[in-house]
Amino acid sequence: MNDSIEKRIELKAPVSRVWRALTDYREFGEWFRVKLDGPFVPGQVSRGQISYPGYEHVKWEAVVQEMEPERLFSFTWPHPKSFEKGDPPDYSKEPTTLVEFRLEKSASGTLLILTESGFGKLPDDRRLEAFRRNDGGWTEQMKNIENYVAQKP
Amino acid sequence: MSHKSRSSVAAKRPTHALVFAALGDATRLSLVAKLCDRRPYSISRLTQGSKLTRQAITKHLRVLEGAGIVHSIRAGRESRFKFDPQPIEGIKQYLDSVSEQWDQALSRLKSFVEE
Repeated sequence: MNDSIEKRIELKAPVSRVWRALTDYREFGEWFRVKLDGPFVPGQVSRGQISYPGYEHVKWEAVVQEMEPERLFSFTWPHPKSFEKGDPPDYSKEPTTLVEFRLEKSASGTLLILTESGFGKLPDDRRLEAFRRNDGGWTEQMKNIENYVAQKP
Repeated sequence: MSHKSRSSVAAKRPTHALVFAALGDATRLSLVAKLCDRRPYSISRLTQGSKLTRQAITKHLRVLEGAGIVHSIRAGRESRFKFDPQPIEGIKQYLDSVSEQWDQALSRLKSFVEE
């Protein structure tokens, strides 16, 4: 068990095409299934409504972090899709995670590397700092826990 | 304590943040690593070999208890602490579901850009 998720996917489309699908708010909304109020702007909050069937009651709220053309698009969010129907999202209680889309030119078009990290992040900045300093320990301990969970009867 | 009930995913949701927060500390993780064998431990035993005071260890145990990761059992004049794997399994399932959602979203992106 790790506190981040990484996905790699090969896309048969040029980097410029993928970049547009990621960062044009209407195109992003098409495949992600969210109706966004306006364009993505670094440092600004992006708002909208999830349009994925069954999740239409869920608000989309993210803070755009970086937009480095055709290389990196990132935002932080409280993972809106994790909320089940009828569960009032309490954004202040959910950990905010960082979502990063990294693009690399590849033989077949584009390699997209998605990471979502920070599930173990603490709301308190000072404790977060402590967590960062203890990164090695955390990884080691998570391995112990993972072994434990894997062996559970 | 309804740690055994799996009434609904929604009801469990807020505890995920608590579990992540409880685990986001090296001392508490080392306590969890000790407690993983499922045997009940006294505070004195958990304090052994640690640079921390009994009070500090107790404070960390209470945080773990608040997240449902450990339960205290009264044994005479002493409290003993026992590990409960359910909350950690819960966050593991949560990460698995997030991972699954990304697989679906990325496959929609793939169709979208390759069409």
